[in-house]
Amino acid sequence: MSMPFYVPPEQVMKDRADFARKGIARGRSVVVVGYDRGIAFVAENPSRALHKVSEIYDRIAFAAVGRYNEFESLRVAGIRYADLRGYSYDRTDVTARALANTYAQTLGAVFTQESKPFEIEIVVAEVGADSDSDQIFRLTYDGSVADEQGFVAMGGASEVAEERLGTGWRPGMTLSEVLRLAVDVLGAGGNGERRDLDEAQLEVAVLDRDRPRRSFRRIGGPLLTRLLGEPREPRETTDVPAAALGSESPVAQADSAEDASPGASGPPTPPA
Amino acid sequence: MTQSSTGRPRRLDDAFLTAGSSSFTEFLTAYRPELLPAGRRLPSGATIEAPHGTTIVSLLFEGGVVMAGDRRATMGNVIANRDMEKVFAADDYSVVGIAGTAGIAIELVRLYQVELEHYEKIEGAIMSLEGKANRLASMIRGNLALAMQGLTVVPTYAGFDLDSATGRIYSYDVTGGCYVEGGHHSTGSGSVFARGALKKLWRPGLEEQQAVSVAVEALYDAADDDSATGGPDLGRQIWPTVAVVDHSGARFVGQDVLQGHVERVVAARRDNPGGAR
Repeated sequence: MSMPFYVPPEQVMKDRADFARKGIARGRSVVVVGYDRGIAFVAENPSRALHKVSEIYDRIAFAAVGRYNEFESLRVAGIRYADLRGYSYDRTDVTARALANTYAQTLGAVFTQESKPFEIEIVVAEVGADSDSDQIFRLTYDGSVADEQGFVAMGGASEVAEERLGTGWRPGMTLSEVLRLAVDVLGAGGNGERRDLDEAQLEVAVLDRDRPRRSFRRIGGPLLTRLLGEPREPRETTDVPAAALGSESPVAQADSAEDASPGASGPPTPPA
Repeated sequence: MTQSSTGRPRRLDDAFLTAGSSSFTEFLTAYRPELLPAGRRLPSGATIEAPHGTTIVSLLFEGGVVMAGDRRATMGNVIANRDMEKVFAADDYSVVGIAGTAGIAIELVRLYQVELEHYEKIEGAIMSLEGKANRLASMIRGNLALAMQGLTVVPTYAGFDLDSATGRIYSYDVTGGCYVEGGHHSTGSGSVFARGALKKLWRPGLEEQQAVSVAVEALYDAADDDSATGGPDLGRQIWPTVAVVDHSGARFVGQDVLQGHVERVVAARRDNPGGAR
């Protein structure tokens, strides 16, 4: 009978962490960034069906990078967790903090106990009554949680992306501004090269502070084109009415169909 | 989230991570069955008295469907509640009205609302109207044991079918049978009288406001002859709950609009209690 080699626990953890990090770095990035009226999620994702960003509950959304099957099972688990909690307590008792803790425990347990750690990184974000009470939690493969302020970038070349976000982002930016910043960040490679991302390669969603109850909305099609194409202009005119945000939800579509305010659909005003 | 028996860190239970199901009810059945409306255990043969909700009417109009319910809950000969809501939005495009044991019915509606939203979030798509009606049927079926002990719940479900762009009404029986209704339907203790009124007042191609008025009048007739159905309470300003579902979604008719309909119906019945015309 052969004796197994002694491997120090530091080495085991390091190997696992390296393994997970490599897996994550291969994937495309996701940027989560706060704006004046909510939190925006921008992912480079050519698929219309396999989402990296998802609604969890009324004010809570989820974004992930890495292996699809692994974060998909956590996404579904998060929806079950939130719906169970909302059903047995009240809708206001479902919080991103509790969900982030649960995810952290799960990721931590998988990291130490399973034969392979999850190769994923997750953001759980909750939109509050004002931008000071927005919460963005970032969870990594080993179960560590970070409470982020304003913005997060995950996935391949995330350090470079975070750095660019750090210089480009400031509190109170409009949706159009943060989306253009996010696309700029996602298009910048780690080695200085630039790629131009068009709408078809982007998955964009927001948690819209001003919406009652379910605040998660996907943004695509003409609205996204308009938001990305708007030139820099005064704050008031770049504000997009809540009802103009596109959505999978039919009620929101109905809203946006009715919405004909020139601020949202008229030609962009020239820069001031 | 659970505390595992081996003392390992708290992590999501396997039930949360299992793939394959988009149904919240199925998840609850597997993980926390005591939270299901049918999770109650009654001693066999026993019956208990609990508040009952009464009359729901629904009718189609051109481009949608109207559902209305009176506001009274009764327990035997006592009025248990005067301003109870019995018509609820199930999701963006459908409404559900309940007759029967109020406590269980309201719990069932809450679970049903979560069920539809849960599916929508997990699948990223809205369930078909037929699928939603069948989900409700399976939840009523789960309540059969309680129904046999007197805790009956009989809902009506109405929604706007996005594929055919028409309103549809589904009725149920206690065993979970689900039936598509043409034109109009009523359920609850005053349903016999409401149906009589609907038969005379409803016709194809009504407009929305006409349909709301017909619903209010049918409930007036139900309350006229059924003691368990509450009529419009002019003294307390309590009007029926009326929901409209059309292509733009489900919404409830405002109090001031309802007041207008109610006052017209009541005025028309002065010196003409049967509403002869």
